[in-house]
Amino acid sequence: MEFFIQILIAAVVMGTPLLFATLGGVISERAGVINLGMEGLMLVGALVAFVVMLNTENYFYAVAAAALASGLVSIIHGVVCLMLRASQIASGLALTFFGTGLSGLFGDKLMGETVEPLSRIPIPGLHAIPVLGPVLFNHDVLVYFSYVCVGLSWWLLYKTRLGLNIRSMGEAPEVCDSLGLSVMAYRFFAVIAGGMLIGIGGAYFPLALTPFWVDGITGGRGWIAVALVIFAFWDPVKALGGAYLFGLALALELRLQILGIDISPYFLKMLPFVLTILVLTLVTIRNNRRGIQVMPAALGKVFFRGEKH
Amino acid sequence: MRKLISIMISVTLTLLLVGGTAWAGKPSVGFVYVGPVGDGGWTHAHDLGRKALEAAGHETSYVESVPEGDSERVIRKMARKHDIVFTTSFGYMDPTLKVAKQYPDKTFLHCSGFKQGKNMGNYFGRMYQAKYLAAMIGAGMSKKGRIGIVGSQPIPEIIRHINAITLGAQQVNPNIEVEVLWINSWFDPAKESDAAQALIDNGADVIVTMADSAATVQTSKKNGVYAIGNDTDMAIYGKEAHLTAAIWNWDVYYLAAVKAVENGTWKPGSDWWGLDSGIVGLTSFHPDVPQALIVQMNREKGRILSGATDVFDHGFTKQDGTRVTKALSDGEMLGMSYYVKGIISKAPSS
Repeated sequence: MEFFIQILIAAVVMGTPLLFATLGGVISERAGVINLGMEGLMLVGALVAFVVMLNTENYFYAVAAAALASGLVSIIHGVVCLMLRASQIASGLALTFFGTGLSGLFGDKLMGETVEPLSRIPIPGLHAIPVLGPVLFNHDVLVYFSYVCVGLSWWLLYKTRLGLNIRSMGEAPEVCDSLGLSVMAYRFFAVIAGGMLIGIGGAYFPLALTPFWVDGITGGRGWIAVALVIFAFWDPVKALGGAYLFGLALALELRLQILGIDISPYFLKMLPFVLTILVLTLVTIRNNRRGIQVMPAALGKVFFRGEKH
Repeated sequence: MRKLISIMISVTLTLLLVGGTAWAGKPSVGFVYVGPVGDGGWTHAHDLGRKALEAAGHETSYVESVPEGDSERVIRKMARKHDIVFTTSFGYMDPTLKVAKQYPDKTFLHCSGFKQGKNMGNYFGRMYQAKYLAAMIGAGMSKKGRIGIVGSQPIPEIIRHINAITLGAQQVNPNIEVEVLWINSWFDPAKESDAAQALIDNGADVIVTMADSAATVQTSKKNGVYAIGNDTDMAIYGKEAHLTAAIWNWDVYYLAAVKAVENGTWKPGSDWWGLDSGIVGLTSFHPDVPQALIVQMNREKGRILSGATDVFDHGFTKQDGTRVTKALSDGEMLGMSYYVKGIISKAPSS
């Protein structure tokens, strides 16, 4: 039982940076802008969080600075694919290379520096619940913040006028445009807000998981988040489940070995991606029959104002 | 080894006297790395060797984070630019051989492989000797009698190191238990850290890492247990936990190999240098390590240095209970795929 709970705790811990990044991706893609630059944005967030933490020893500043930095870098993505109308795919990939290189360049001098990792703060009352308590309510403050972000993203997307408009931008930007809404402004907002969340996901690495700087600290998790956005059907609540499921896959790879269960590690490694393809295929088939579209209809499409359809 | 070097030097001098091929200026050297120089592990250690060449007056350059599958063009670029090219990952072997054939007047040296050519040799160090000694310290410091190993990629080299660690630990505590978790990656800090946590949760109080980052040292520090570092001195990441590290001193080899090429005495071959050359070694010890343990370790170290023993030559029992009585050849060590007795985990099947 103890072992089982430890697996679930590890799944939540490993899933948290994925969750932040996926939420960021969901918001951006709901407005119709694909972001393949997640890995780069996470690395920028991780580096900035570490540097600020090192100098101020203040977790709040570190997280805020990471969000700000990744938000700023996302503006590049916005300018390239919204203002210059270049391919979102190409711009996103370029952003990943940019972020990876940038963090490597400035991180060069930080070797050997360490910071104090976030400590666990059990939530009074809740952490005593059997199983759920230790698994969900005995974590560091960023994990709790990720719960809040799930709720906030859901509320923003489904319960506010702003969210309705963001979602509309991803479905039918030309209609929004004819209603007098600025497609450019809403999409920029979504790209930057999403970028900030992705940056916080990156910040989780040096602030909690591995409290030092090393090149490529995220270990390619940004790419898993790219798949997760699709897996979660562009929905913040499903993103929560998806992130923990993928976190579980990461945690299981090690724990199955402890149990002596012989499963090929390569199988477990490809599992997130296979699951994404599988779920996407099944649901697309089902939805096509019913005529419902899960994917934002205008996702990845360049919007030209005044274009006739 | 000393004898070899002195022979090399005398041959060199003779060649110089009879007017052998002396270099016009010092040869320039290029490096191809698999990871970033900032990894604080494998690639960082190689780069310290490159810096030593630079200090010795050689012009050098490097390309970092070169994927093994895409290394050929990088190696070719380095060959055009430099006299000597070092390629420092197993997967660079075939591309290096291919490029070496295209540039017969340049010298190529590949780390950790086994193929050679007219102008290509390979090199490596007997890291298992250093791991064996480090594990003696680890076993002596484990109160629970349980060592946890974070394995990287399940290949013979790493399995050899894990076995050497187990045999070394048994020198101090014959009943030591060794548990291994594979992260199936050379470098993934978050997973390295999670693996260390899982091993500690499962009862280990000394963690040895085979992976490239210092994440396990950090996690050990957080949990108040000890750790042994890999490839470079990782004490800066958590001196409270860091017992010692088995490290590479590539400068020893790089200086000698480049010198040999410069003097025209270099011949393609397979260099597998040991503890005696200084290519591998241990860093300074944690203040908690008792003097008696260091003395015990040094005695074993002396036996390895004098050639009286090697790790896999005085008999051991495999995990399945079969007894190995004769010394292993280099070939047998290079292909090792079984665990020795004392490791409680199952050997990787692939």
